[in-house]
Amino acid sequence: MRRVTRVFVPVLFGAAFFGAWEALVRGLDLKPYFLVAPSTIAEQFGSSWSLVWRSMKVSGGNALAGLLIGTGLGIAVSLVTSRFRLLHELVTPLAVALNAIPIFVLVSVFNNMFAITSEVPRRLMVTLVVYFVVLVNVTRGLVQVDRLHMELMRSYAASDWQVLRRVRIPNAVPYLFTALKIAAPVAVITAFVSEYFGGSQNGLGSAIARSIAASRNDQAWAYVAGACLLGLTFYLISTLLETVATPGGAGKRPAGRS
Amino acid sequence: MNAVDVGSVSMIFGDGASRVEALVDVNLGVAQGSFVSLIGPSGCGKSTVLRLIANLLEPTRGEIRVQGKPARQSRLDQDYGMAFQHAGLFDWRTVTKNIELPLELKGWDRATRRERALEMLELVRLPEFAGHYPWQLSGGMQQRVAIARALAARPTLLLMDEPFGALDEMTREHMQAELLRICRETGTSVVFVTHSIPEAVYLSDHVVVMSPRPGRITATIEVDLGDRQGDDTREADEFYKKITEVREALRSDRGEHPTGVEDR
Repeated sequence: MRRVTRVFVPVLFGAAFFGAWEALVRGLDLKPYFLVAPSTIAEQFGSSWSLVWRSMKVSGGNALAGLLIGTGLGIAVSLVTSRFRLLHELVTPLAVALNAIPIFVLVSVFNNMFAITSEVPRRLMVTLVVYFVVLVNVTRGLVQVDRLHMELMRSYAASDWQVLRRVRIPNAVPYLFTALKIAAPVAVITAFVSEYFGGSQNGLGSAIARSIAASRNDQAWAYVAGACLLGLTFYLISTLLETVATPGGAGKRPAGRS
Repeated sequence: MNAVDVGSVSMIFGDGASRVEALVDVNLGVAQGSFVSLIGPSGCGKSTVLRLIANLLEPTRGEIRVQGKPARQSRLDQDYGMAFQHAGLFDWRTVTKNIELPLELKGWDRATRRERALEMLELVRLPEFAGHYPWQLSGGMQQRVAIARALAARPTLLLMDEPFGALDEMTREHMQAELLRICRETGTSVVFVTHSIPEAVYLSDHVVVMSPRPGRITATIEVDLGDRQGDDTREADEFYKKITEVREALRSDRGEHPTGVEDR
């Protein structure tokens, strides 16, 4: 019964949503420049799939590259800063402050630094956004260790390295996946939005902008659908990774001590 | 050589307005193979004494020797095993892996480690839970795993801070009997913090009564219940006599019925 509710209720809700959308467009005879019917979008998505796919590869590639580099960098820096208390206290407020500014504006700066056709500025942008999310979360996981666990490790005369490997790192793993689940869709969004600040016009973001400028709303929606697909894929992969990497299965391990 | 020697130890936490005299001039000797309980109301510093012996804290004044060595050296040599009120198991490790942790840090090889962990699980009567994760176990079972972990390396000294506090009465009595059996068989010395009078009397060779503000030892009561095999011990006259004696020692110090101490 629970399985039925968990799967069918959201599916039913989704179907009802698209049904209502379709009915609204047809019933009120809404013009395509205002709102396009889901059936039209699906049709357009099918017929221009190769174009959508080509753009998806560009934006998705940028998002993936940024996600991987940002995550790696975030983990590396949090390992270093959590090891040195002073460094941790210096870096964390800085990271939080930087994270609070509308960081997208930096992409124009990056665009000036590299060739106009380069993908580097966008990847850099994604890297930066992902890096902060991962840094803040993973550092928390490395530092906020159960006091009792620390006392036990001290009673075992464990070295700092042993504490890191056996307590801090495993403790930080759920924090890393929380960060990834936030960062993965954000990486995709960042990759799109970065395209609005100039550079080569080959990604999903610029394709959407171009379609709208050409009054091709149906095509714009097809690209939006592609964007949704990409964001979902990224999220699902990060959730899947979490399930694989968590002993006993994700979501089963409760927070706090036991 | 005593297993533990605490000599004129005082402990002060904080300073200025937040200065707390946790312990004043505490002297305590634990003979090899003997079982000593520390009992007293909350805030009397009994857990602090245990943490000082474990070298998780350094005393403000005085000296602590464990197995004839300074407490710090004894910790580095891992002479003792420790169990707390909370199990403190590692969620990401299976039950077996949790018990293996101290052995892993001692550098035991994989096969010996596994063998010992399974042996310990038999001892605490949880052999069928070897592959489970801690959060799949009840609180009492988790506590038994923690005790198995404390005993795994066969330490010569066990330090226990209300380890049975979270267990139900049946499991508790069973664990008490098991603990005594293990200690008798292995000659392990135990320092045991509790706030249950019957528990202290049942387990101990010596019950050390403490009082708060500032924490100090007010009485030491010797108990001799024989070999304590079978359930008769808990019904013996001597058992009740000693319970009364400990209760009076606790009461006489405060001039009232002690709070934070269980009579059961």
